[in-house]
Amino acid sequence: MNMIAENFTFLYHGFGIASDPFNILLMAIGILLGVIIGVLPGLGGANGVAILLPLTFSMSPTSAIILLTCIYWGALFGGAITSVLFNIPGEPWSVATTFDGHPMARSGRAGEALTAAFTSSFVGAFFAIVMITLIAPLVAQFALQFGPAEKFAVYFLAFASFVGMSKEPPAKTIVSMMIGFALAAVGLDMVTGQLRLTFGITELLNGFDFLIAVIGLFGIGEILLTMEEGLEFRGKAAKIDPKVVWKTWKTLPRYWMTSLRSCIIGCWMGITPAGATPASFMAYGIAKRVSKNGKNFGNGEIEGVVAPETAAHAAGTAAMLPMLALGVPGSPTAAVLLGGLLIWGLQPGPMLFVEQAEFVWGLIASMYLGNIVGLILVLTTVPLFASILRIPFSIIAPVILVICAIGAYTVNNNVFDVIMMMVFGVLGYLLKKTNYPLAPLVLAIVLGDSAEEAFRQALLSSGGAVSVFWSNGLVSSIMGLGLIAGLWPLIGLAFSKLRGTSAQPA
Amino acid sequence: MEQSHHGAESGPKQRAVEVGTALLTLVFGLIVLYGSVLVGFGWGSDGPQAGFFPFYVGLIICVCSVINVVSGLREDPDEIFAENQQLVQVLKVLIPACIYVALVPFLGIYIPSVALIVLFMVWLGHYGWPLSLAVAFGVPAFFYITLERWFLIPLPKGPVEAMLGL
Repeated sequence: MNMIAENFTFLYHGFGIASDPFNILLMAIGILLGVIIGVLPGLGGANGVAILLPLTFSMSPTSAIILLTCIYWGALFGGAITSVLFNIPGEPWSVATTFDGHPMARSGRAGEALTAAFTSSFVGAFFAIVMITLIAPLVAQFALQFGPAEKFAVYFLAFASFVGMSKEPPAKTIVSMMIGFALAAVGLDMVTGQLRLTFGITELLNGFDFLIAVIGLFGIGEILLTMEEGLEFRGKAAKIDPKVVWKTWKTLPRYWMTSLRSCIIGCWMGITPAGATPASFMAYGIAKRVSKNGKNFGNGEIEGVVAPETAAHAAGTAAMLPMLALGVPGSPTAAVLLGGLLIWGLQPGPMLFVEQAEFVWGLIASMYLGNIVGLILVLTTVPLFASILRIPFSIIAPVILVICAIGAYTVNNNVFDVIMMMVFGVLGYLLKKTNYPLAPLVLAIVLGDSAEEAFRQALLSSGGAVSVFWSNGLVSSIMGLGLIAGLWPLIGLAFSKLRGTSAQPA
Repeated sequence: MEQSHHGAESGPKQRAVEVGTALLTLVFGLIVLYGSVLVGFGWGSDGPQAGFFPFYVGLIICVCSVINVVSGLREDPDEIFAENQQLVQVLKVLIPACIYVALVPFLGIYIPSVALIVLFMVWLGHYGWPLSLAVAFGVPAFFYITLERWFLIPLPKGPVEAMLGL
C-alpha cells in the first residue's frame, strides 16, 4: 500500500498547483462560462468545450485542462437551472430533474429546489472524485500491462456497453457508432500511409475532425430542435437567500440513502460510457420505487430532485476516470477533453500517470477545488443566469450560430470546416428526431484511429487469427464483459422469460 | 420530446423519415464498402490492408441499416415526424444558416454574422432596427476584440475588412 501513500503525496502537490491564484481564477471563469453554456440552448458541455478548446492552445496543459474541466462542471450545474425554473432541460441529463424540480418552482419553492439540485450535484461529483483519486491510479497501474489485444478489448467493452445500455434500439446505436468509425477512417491511414475513403476530394485528405462533428451535431442540431418548440420561454423567477439554503441543507441529510444509491449508480454508469443521462433516469426511477414518498414523485418532491442530480453529476465526473486511466472517455465531453490532451501532446492512458504525474494530480486536485468553487458560485449567481434565459431565442439563436461557426473555424483555421459543421448539424437534427444516439458517434470518431490501430496490431501479432482476443485470461475476461454488456437486453429478456414474468420494467 | 398527436396535425410521417434515414445510412455504408474495396480490404504482405477495418465497419452499417429499414416499416403509420408548421420554423433557421455558412468563405465571418443577426431579430423577433443593429454589430465586435486582439486567433476576413484595413 506504499503506492497509495505516494499518490497522496502527489495529490498534495496537485493541490499546490491547482490552488495557484491564476488557476483559481480560471476555475471561476470556467464555471461561469460553463453555467452559461449549460443554460443556453444549443450550447452544451461537449460543444462548449469544443468551441473553447482552440483558445487554450497557448496555455500550459494543466491550466488549460483546469479551465475546460471547470466549463464541464459548470455545464452540469447549469442544466439544473433551466430544468427547475423553465421546465426546459438545458442538457439531456437534467430531463429527470424537471419531473420534480419544476413543480417545486411552480409552487414557489424554486430556491429550495435549486439548492437541493446544486448540493446533490456537488455531493455526486465529490463522491466520484474521491473514487477517481483512489481507483484511477490502480486502474492505470493495471492497464500498463495491456497489449494491443487488451486495448482493443477495452474499446470493445466501452462500445458494447453503449449498445446494451442505451434505450435506443441496438441496431440504431450500432449504425451511429459505425458511422463514427467510418468517419474516423477517412483520410490518411496511419499504418500503411495510404489514402482511403477520400474519393479524390482534397478537403477530405485530413479526415473529419471530431470537434467539428461535435459542434455541428450538438450545437446546430440542438438549435434546429429548439426552433420546433417555438421561440417562447416562460420561466419562474428565482431568488436564493442564505436562509433558504440553510433550511434546505438541514433537510437534505434525511435523504442520505437516496444520495448514496444515486452516487453508486452514477459512478457505474459514468465509467462504462453509458453516461449521465441514463444514470439520472435510473436513479430517479429507483428512488421513486423505493422511497416512502414515492407516490408523490412528480408533484414537487425534493427527493425527486436529489436522486437524478446526484447521479448525473457522479456519472459526468466518473466519466473522467476511464479517460485518464485508459484513454477511453466515458462521455462526449470527456471525449472532447481527450482530444484536447492529444492536441497538447499528452497521450491519455496508463502512461499518463507515470509520465505526467504533475498534470494528472493537478487535474484531480482541481476537480475537488473546482466543485467547491462551483457550488459557491452557482448558489450566489442564480438570478443572473435566470435573467440570461429571459433573452428571447430570436437573439440567442443567431448569436449561438455565429459562436458555433467561429468555433468550427478556429479548430483548423479552415472555412471548409464551417460548411462541414452545418452538414453535421442537419445530420444531428435528423438522427436525434429518429432516435439515433449521438454520443457513440462522437466517441467513435475520437477513438476510431486508436481502436483500429489496436485491432490491427493485435491481428498482426497473431497473423490474422481472431483468436488473439481470447488468448489469455485478461483479454478474454474483458471481451467476455463486453459481450455481456452488449447483449444485456437479450439476457434481461431471457431472465424475465425464465421467471415467467410477462412485463419487464426497464 | 415526442409530440402528442391528435390526428389533426399534418406533416411528414415518422415512419417515412425513419425509413429514409435508414436508407441514407445504407447508402453511406455502401460508399464506405466501395471505398474500402478501392484501397484493398484483404491481408497484404505487411498485415491488414488500409481498407480492412473500414470494410467491416461498412458491412456492419449496411446490415444494421437493413434492420432499421425493416423495423422502420413496422412503425405506427399515423405518427408524424413533425407538424408542417414546426418544420417551417426549423427551415426559417436552417435556410438562413446555410446561406450564412456558404457566404463565410467569400465574405469572411464578420459581414455574414451581422446580416444573420439582423435578419433573425428583425424578421423572426420583430425587433426595431436600432436594437437589432446594436446587437448585430456588438457581437462580432466583441469577438474581434477578444479573439483577434487578446487571444491572437485570426478569423476569416473578406474584401470589406481588407478595404477597412483590419
